Amino acid sequence: MIRAIGEIYAAQLRTSLAVQFQYRMSLAIWMIGRVIQPLVALVVWTTVARARGGDVSGYSEGDFAAYFIIQMIVTQATFSWIMWEYDYIIRSGQFSFRLLRPIHPIHADVADNLAYKVLTLVILIPAAFFLAWLFPPTLHWQWWNIVAGLLATVIAFIMRFTLEWMLAMTALWTNRVSAVNQTYDVILIFFSGYFAPLAVMPQLVQTLANFLPFRWLIAFPIELTLGRLTPTEILIGFGAQLFWLVIVQASLRYVWRAGVKQYSAVGS
Amino acid sequence: MADPVILLDNLSKTYLVPERDAGVMAAARSLVQRRHRAIKAVDQVSFRVEPGEVVGFLGPNGAGKTTTLKMLSGLLHPTSGTGRVLAYEPWQRQRDFLKVITLVMGQRNQLNWDIPASDSFELNRVIYRVPPAQYQQTLEELVELLELGPLINKPVRNLSLGERMKCEIAAALLHRPQVLFLDEPTIGLDVTAQRRIREFIREYNRRHNATILLTSHYMADVEALCKRIVVIHHGRILFDGPLAELVKRFSPHKTIAVELEHPIESNQYADFGEVVTQDDGRLMLRVPKADTAKVAGRLLAQLPVSDLTIEDPPIEEVIEQVFAQEVES
Repeated sequence: MIRAIGEIYAAQLRTSLAVQFQYRMSLAIWMIGRVIQPLVALVVWTTVARARGGDVSGYSEGDFAAYFIIQMIVTQATFSWIMWEYDYIIRSGQFSFRLLRPIHPIHADVADNLAYKVLTLVILIPAAFFLAWLFPPTLHWQWWNIVAGLLATVIAFIMRFTLEWMLAMTALWTNRVSAVNQTYDVILIFFSGYFAPLAVMPQLVQTLANFLPFRWLIAFPIELTLGRLTPTEILIGFGAQLFWLVIVQASLRYVWRAGVKQYSAVGS
Repeated sequence: MADPVILLDNLSKTYLVPERDAGVMAAARSLVQRRHRAIKAVDQVSFRVEPGEVVGFLGPNGAGKTTTLKMLSGLLHPTSGTGRVLAYEPWQRQRDFLKVITLVMGQRNQLNWDIPASDSFELNRVIYRVPPAQYQQTLEELVELLELGPLINKPVRNLSLGERMKCEIAAALLHRPQVLFLDEPTIGLDVTAQRRIREFIREYNRRHNATILLTSHYMADVEALCKRIVVIHHGRILFDGPLAELVKRFSPHKTIAVELEHPIESNQYADFGEVVTQDDGRLMLRVPKADTAKVAGRLLAQLPVSDLTIEDPPIEEVIEQVFAQEVES
């Protein structure tokens, strides 16, 4: 069974790579956007740090540089566009074909996402070095920080993909999907540590972030990689990731079943 | 008798469709208060299909054909009634069920536009877990029968509609399904492409003894492929039986075509029957079936006939007749 799934993923990856290779140009343009975002954040936050005498809530210029470079990588590794795609997939009838296949449709989407990530590594890694050259980061990590950070990023990817795939299913109920998506994106940006390290955010945001799943998607893998967390915080972080992973996986099962039933009631 | 492949018993499907009047105010109102109207797309449909049968499923647009096919292929849950395809309840969508059926929709495509069909085929092979040897054999067979050789390595978006449809059909059959649901497989295609696909369907049925339920607006498809037809209108079954029986039951007329040696005055033939067409030396008459022989005899005796043929009316006309009678009753 595992071999079967592996073969399916390999085949799906090959197909997705072939498709995305057709769109080299738009891929490059998307990636430019992905690099510009941390660039802007870096200009803003290093300026703020300098104005405050070199420190904002424990972040120096070099710390900000390190944070946003790793943020770019973690964001790239964990993001998906599935919520924006499903509306079309359902309206165009592609969803029917996905339902006809003797395999859960999420696998094709995961493989598609992974193919994109593999292709964009070619741009992402040089971009990270380029940013590090412009804004020299302060790094005090050890080898195990990187290993643990990678593990946290993988868990974050699975958790975020499950969550967003589940939200994508709202397209089966409502035709106002983009409102749902916008709301989700805004919440994610503020509470995940994407916009800025949570330490520099208002206290209210920090408190709320503890009870939401989002900080474990972005802030936790970054801080872990940068060696900013105590062993207790690391344990709490992995515990929270696993807790939310179980919650979103269980919800996905439920939403999927209800969604297919709903789809079959309307039958687009 | 063997177990039926498809068995429907009082299958019904009702859609709840949101409804509002035209205009801005009505749109605003619908935000607060949603009105729904129940539409019976399929209304207590029952029929069975035996192994290896090719059944034509006919009806005007919106009659419930596609809804029925979608229920049979597991995409839709029925509102009530039961249905079985092979040993499965379709809407449970068990993997083993999905592996032995296929649904081809002429107006929708499953192939990825950006890559050659052969890449999509390969993906399907893995997803359906087709053993390599069987896959190779099936692929060769499909390439030969559908003449796909020059097509499968081009990106799908560069193919013509007919070429694409052939590839779609191949993709849908690579796992060698036993039950085929074909929804307008020849729609929009030119006559040559239609004929090729028709011949292919017949050959697939013969080689694999596959059971096929087919909808089409082209009567040529139906006449060539289906011994039996099921006619559905407003979600209800109006007729289920052999094509010939449909003609006999719903067309109480025959058409007599007469070739004359020289043109004649219209008053000379007006009383033989209803004149369908007439130009110079050719005459088409519609006559009650019971009177056919008598009228033919009189025509031969009284007019300068050089040739005479008696035909059933075109199947399109018969189908129209079926729907017309339903409206009257």
